[in-house]
Amino acid sequence: MKTFKGRPVVPGKAEATALVSHGGFNTLASFQHSLMFGDKEAKCGDQNNADLYNKPMAGTALCLPQTIGSTTGGMVLYCATAMGRNPACLLFAKEIDSLAAAGAVLSEVWTDQSMPTVDNLGDEFLEYVKTGMKITVSEDGTVTVE
Amino acid sequence: MNLTPEQQAILDGKKGSAMAKVMKTLVMYGETFGATEMVPVTSKMGHLVTSFGLGVMKPVYDLIDELIAGGAVSSQKFSVDPRPLDKNVPSNPIEKLIFNKFMYSAQSSYEEQLRKMGIVSDSAYTCACYMDEIGNTPEKGDILSWAESSAVVYANSVLGARCNRNSGIIELFGSIVGYVPKFGLLTDEGRKATWVVEVKTTEKPEAQVLGSAIGMKVMEDVPYVKGLTDFIGNELTDDAKAYLKDFGAATASNGAVGLYHIAGLTPEAKEQGESIIAEGAKTYVIDDAELKRVKDSYPCIWKNKDAKPKLCFVGCPHLTFSQLVEWTENVEAGLKKAGNSKVQIPTVFTTAPAVIEKFNKTEYAERLKKTGVILSYICPLMYMNNPLCGKKPVITNSNKLRTYTSSRYYTSAEILEKITKGV
Repeated sequence: MKTFKGRPVVPGKAEATALVSHGGFNTLASFQHSLMFGDKEAKCGDQNNADLYNKPMAGTALCLPQTIGSTTGGMVLYCATAMGRNPACLLFAKEIDSLAAAGAVLSEVWTDQSMPTVDNLGDEFLEYVKTGMKITVSEDGTVTVE
Repeated sequence: MNLTPEQQAILDGKKGSAMAKVMKTLVMYGETFGATEMVPVTSKMGHLVTSFGLGVMKPVYDLIDELIAGGAVSSQKFSVDPRPLDKNVPSNPIEKLIFNKFMYSAQSSYEEQLRKMGIVSDSAYTCACYMDEIGNTPEKGDILSWAESSAVVYANSVLGARCNRNSGIIELFGSIVGYVPKFGLLTDEGRKATWVVEVKTTEKPEAQVLGSAIGMKVMEDVPYVKGLTDFIGNELTDDAKAYLKDFGAATASNGAVGLYHIAGLTPEAKEQGESIIAEGAKTYVIDDAELKRVKDSYPCIWKNKDAKPKLCFVGCPHLTFSQLVEWTENVEAGLKKAGNSKVQIPTVFTTAPAVIEKFNKTEYAERLKKTGVILSYICPLMYMNNPLCGKKPVITNSNKLRTYTSSRYYTSAEILEKITKGV
């Protein structure tokens, strides 16, 4: 078990299973297919992301460095949340990027869903955490991995 | 965040709950990046990235309905990215059914929402909204609330305006309240170059490959590019601006560049010279071998890599008027040389509706038509973003289109050869 301290961008509590992307997470490419075809598990549709491709994202603790890709990214994340297909929490190794921040904030202000978001967890976080590990997120941005 | 009394009043709900939620979103968004104040949007117009009425994006349309009902419409007129559909662009019956009935089923209702929110006109759909024909060209120093990565990087770099790489919806919110949080590319510090790129190629680099190489290297940082004026001159002519449009789109899509400086050419580089380079900036040298390495690294994800292309797109971002004229002349010359009268691969040139209108008043319109090339206002990226088109062998000279879709990249010279000779 190891604990990491980050910055709570959207504070909240969560418990979920880790889903880890070591490369940048392309929000549009990852969610587009599942949103379009009503996939409630939100399987990742990004063929360029070997870590996540075809894996369910809904309800997971999504661990990533940053998001990349289209500036529709924040809006797509908001849609996923409004439709209940969002990850349980977003955990960023680096400082959150403007597109992901938009998605996290839009989800917080405009939906009833909670998607705690923590950034600046450090590169060591992404080196340690593996898909399938248990994640616990606290309000103050503490993330426990076991 | 230190808000003015007017901003605080909006946040407190004095202008209604929808406006309060809009302001709350912007404040939270700004605070994430350490913004301590909201600054007025000073541009004449906004620009939105979301042009598509994708049925599945219902939460977005519900949100806009809430804004309209609450009187929270845009305080400035705006342009919008290109439409996703155009009946002139080739598609088979199954594709047409999927486009109209399943994918873009909310297109007309969304366009009606845009009218209520403040779109400047029904022809203001283009990603290159800063072109003269559109009328949405910000002044140097203007604060913008725009999205669309290629437009943001152009406005920041070539026009010297100030805009962050906003997400869809966030840019609309800034246009609604008339304020944006001050951070990143809105600050002097955020506009300093943290990379020095030295272009040492033996000939003019292909704009879309040079931009791609720089984007992949610097990601979201600000590059200061030396050596490019040897090839594109030190004045912002139509040709130079078109080059920078395509170059910038590649930096913003292959990486996440929101601002670049070209030594001796772009406004802030001309004014400030090398003092705009931050202490400790890293260096990236680009020569012929590096450009070749980058181009050779692009994957081809076609099932049959030897398939004959079924479609070609030129114009992502949308072509300028002078690019359209140049392509028309080049296609004519290419066909003559190859002994063909029409293009050998179905080809679509894309540009803004206002540029099409201007082009259609010239002799070039008929000349282009004779070559068999289709002229459209469509967004090739939106056209390609579906499971059917994903399997179609499409070629393009756009590095942005290559990045987001299964299309295969070729340089403009290679594209010209393929469409005129069919090989």
